[in-house]
Amino acid sequence: MGLELYLDLLSQPCRAVYIFAKKNSIPFELRTVDLRKGQHLSDAFAQISPLQKVPVLKDGDFTLTESVAILLYLTRKYKVPDHWYPQDLQARARVDEYLAWQHTALRRNCLRALWHKVMLPVFLGEPVSPEMLAATLAKLDVTLQVLEDKFLQDKAFLAGPHVSLADLVAITELMHPVGAGCQVFKDRPKLAAWRQRVEAAVGEVLFQEAHEVILKAKNSQPADPIIKQKLMSRVLAMIQ
Amino acid sequence: MGLELYLDLLSQPCRAVYIFAKKNGIPFELRTVDLLKGQHHSDDFAQVNPLKKVPALKDGDFTLAESVAILLYLSRKYETPDHWYPQDLQARARVDEYLAWQHTALRTSCTRTLWQKMMFPVFLGQQVPPETLASTLAELDRCLQLFEDKFLKDQDFLAGSHISVADLVAITELMHPVSAGCQIFKSRPKLEAWRQRVEAAVGEGLFQEAHAAIMKAKDLPPADAAMKEKLKPFMQLLLQ
Repeated sequence: MGLELYLDLLSQPCRAVYIFAKKNSIPFELRTVDLRKGQHLSDAFAQISPLQKVPVLKDGDFTLTESVAILLYLTRKYKVPDHWYPQDLQARARVDEYLAWQHTALRRNCLRALWHKVMLPVFLGEPVSPEMLAATLAKLDVTLQVLEDKFLQDKAFLAGPHVSLADLVAITELMHPVGAGCQVFKDRPKLAAWRQRVEAAVGEVLFQEAHEVILKAKNSQPADPIIKQKLMSRVLAMIQ
Repeated sequence: MGLELYLDLLSQPCRAVYIFAKKNGIPFELRTVDLLKGQHHSDDFAQVNPLKKVPALKDGDFTLAESVAILLYLSRKYETPDHWYPQDLQARARVDEYLAWQHTALRTSCTRTLWQKMMFPVFLGQQVPPETLASTLAELDRCLQLFEDKFLKDQDFLAGSHISVADLVAITELMHPVSAGCQIFKSRPKLEAWRQRVEAAVGEGLFQEAHAAIMKAKDLPPADAAMKEKLKPFMQLLLQ
């Protein structure tokens, strides 16, 4: 059995892994784990990963969680073009810096934006107060400003003149609030221009393919009560 | 001007960077940034790190934030022994996996534990509701169990048979609840044995030196009104 990637393209880190593997023609078996059906909580999946999260990589007997670790593993094993994770000491440090920062910053705020605006009310039937939603969107706004001012600045891409893992991780995050109907690129011409460059570097077709699921998130079927009960506490912990 | 490291040893990620640099004989100027005095908010420091956080690195004109990025930069630039960030594909992936997971898991838990159990009452003169503290300690317990079961398992160190940056990042985190009086190693013999191995590998002298400040945090004089005001937004975050 070759490389297997356990993914749900609803999830931002899964999209980054998917795009990276496809773009670099890394052969893999796609194992879909449907989060909205609670498949990540099944006993079968717990055998794959006791943390019960996606993405997960399985390469023979070797199992790996955490999208950043997976991206770096694929980068090294498949010897992808240098720009994804440049050899240059300082350029590489910029990628590492972004990949570390985003866990508690952009990722968190994009996740909350999607869940507060769409998934909690539509999928789980849990209303979110306008004040809560406003607070979440305000925090997202602050984070977007940091992304522009500290990370992107006047560069073409986050780590320099070429697209890298940092841009993949960032763009897939930003598509979360976009999927929720937030106009994150409106009034942010610098970010909009960067987005276009990243999409062009990835390839429009692959980009659309990877984002089909999230762009339809607002049409999620409401969860049945059993699923809802299974998912609720984990969702709340995830977005706290 | 050579390498400068902007640190406050009250901070877990600063301790990891400090230990790593000292252990590897990396020459640096220590620039202390006193967090409790709010020095990280100064305009001068914003020049070094616009994110206004420690640790931060300055190497000539090159500045870098995020402890994980800093550790990797130092390991590459100063060509530290392989075991810190092993060349072996799978061992390195294990380090990356831990370094990614910890941002939103152990780190969060340890920070909240220190502040809610000790810093709020002792330093800020504010009691934290018992339910909040209980919930935080339960979450810490859950993280420690995951740490043992999923990351450490039956290995000597997190990435295998030798100490790596993952162990440094982990041990410095765990000293946060220890300094707050949490007996996290009591009744966790596997964790205790790992801790002793890590301390031995680092060297007791250096380990004690790096942790002197945090171990004395309980004796800090109470914050004055100005300090309390400065810390207010941070305090809100820690109580959620």
